[in-house]
Amino acid sequence: MEKLISEFSVGLFFWQSLIFLTLLFLLVKYAWKPILNAIKEREENIENALQTAEKAKKEIEELQAKNQDLLKEAREERDQILKAAKATKDKMISEAKNQAKVEGEKLIAQARNEINTQKNAALTEMKQMVASFSIEIAEKIMRKELGEKGKQEELVKTYLEDIKLN
Amino acid sequence: MHKKTLQSLLLSLIFIGVFTFNLSASNTEHGEAENADVKTEIKEDIKHHLQDGYDFHLFTDKETNTHYGFPLPVILIDNGLKVFLSSKFHHGEEIAEVDGNFYMLSHGHIYKTDAEGAVNYDEEGHITNEKPLDFSITKNVFSALFVAILMFFLFSSMAKSYKTNAIPKGFGRFVEPLVVFVRDEIAIPNIGEKHYRKYMGFLLTIFFFIWIVNLVGLTPLGINVTGNIAVTFALALMTFLITQVTANSNYWKHIFWMPGVPVPMKIILAPIELLGVFIKPFALMIRLYANISAGHIVLMSLIGLLFVFHNWFARGAFLGLTLFLSVIELLVAFLQAYIFTMLSALYFGFAVEEHEHH
Repeated sequence: MEKLISEFSVGLFFWQSLIFLTLLFLLVKYAWKPILNAIKEREENIENALQTAEKAKKEIEELQAKNQDLLKEAREERDQILKAAKATKDKMISEAKNQAKVEGEKLIAQARNEINTQKNAALTEMKQMVASFSIEIAEKIMRKELGEKGKQEELVKTYLEDIKLN
Repeated sequence: MHKKTLQSLLLSLIFIGVFTFNLSASNTEHGEAENADVKTEIKEDIKHHLQDGYDFHLFTDKETNTHYGFPLPVILIDNGLKVFLSSKFHHGEEIAEVDGNFYMLSHGHIYKTDAEGAVNYDEEGHITNEKPLDFSITKNVFSALFVAILMFFLFSSMAKSYKTNAIPKGFGRFVEPLVVFVRDEIAIPNIGEKHYRKYMGFLLTIFFFIWIVNLVGLTPLGINVTGNIAVTFALALMTFLITQVTANSNYWKHIFWMPGVPVPMKIILAPIELLGVFIKPFALMIRLYANISAGHIVLMSLIGLLFVFHNWFARGAFLGLTLFLSVIELLVAFLQAYIFTMLSALYFGFAVEEHEHH
């Protein structure tokens, strides 16, 4: 210890302190500050880049999920549309069927009416014709029969009797 | 790691090479007296190595008595500023005369003397001559300055490289993990997210300074900066001052009036806590000094042993041991820088800690 103190050199201590302080000052200004800042900046950049990448990944995942949802929705919508279309189709078919049936029935009824009318007309015509034929025949007969006076009176007599009966 | 091991291996080889050169001159004859000479010489060499020096001495050729290295400026404050090159001392063999003042160099210290070089000793054999105030650029100052300039260029160029590219190249690529390590493993866990930023400059500077100086100390240049008490004192003092200056009221309250304990305990704890304030940086100072000095002593002693033994088996064993310890020292160089920084951060953490009120 005594030797240490006796060996202690004030000059060396002075120069060492001076050199070290100067070095400290110069290095802080020209080396450590820019170096530490550069390292920090770089680290921050890396961190930011990583965070951005993570964010982008998340966004992509979200987008994918969204796409999936959209696809699902689209599918559902398609199914619904198809279902609706089918229902409409069925409805239309059944409606058409019904209408056709009603129309047919109507046509049939019309036809029947027509037939009836025609038949009636034909019948009437036939009756008229028969009547006219009958009258003609009757005329002819009467002309032949009523050529004699007795017979005419006889006939009138029968008619009159017939009328009374009615 | 692999590269580092290889590097240390190389360093050790060079280290050993230098000392072989240093000692081989006196190792030509094998005898008991010669062996004792070698031992004292090794002792002197180690002592010399651990001490600071006024010139950058690499090695000495003992046969021709030529010293290899270069002189450094001596700056003395003795009735005005006296500046001269240490070559004037001729490695302590001559008296330097400056403006009518005479100085002599003895055992790594400069003393005032007269033209004849009169030396006065006390009873214990210590020189009692007056010592002038010494602000010389010694070997350690020179080395610290060299490391500081090197660090400034390396780290400022690294900082510049960030302007063009977010990822550094070359030196920066190697150092950036260490910068991040100091921030994430030392500063933030000990000081906390909120306050750590203002201490980062100091922590990084002290970490790299100690580490690089330690590493340079392992090279054959043979410098021993962090193994000098004045240097570690200067470094620990910084930690101490920064801790006290930035401390919040909570810190002082925990020292002088510990909350949560009875009053008599508060009175007992106050001086202990106050003592702790000084012991902490003191421990920092001693730890770094002792570790690095011990490392250098052990390494140099082992290298010295290579020359004491004339047995090739022993020499081989010591060579292996030296290599192994060199690798360990490489680890210690990093570890001590880490511990110093880590503990500084811990003390800063105490200073800015915000206690929740229970």
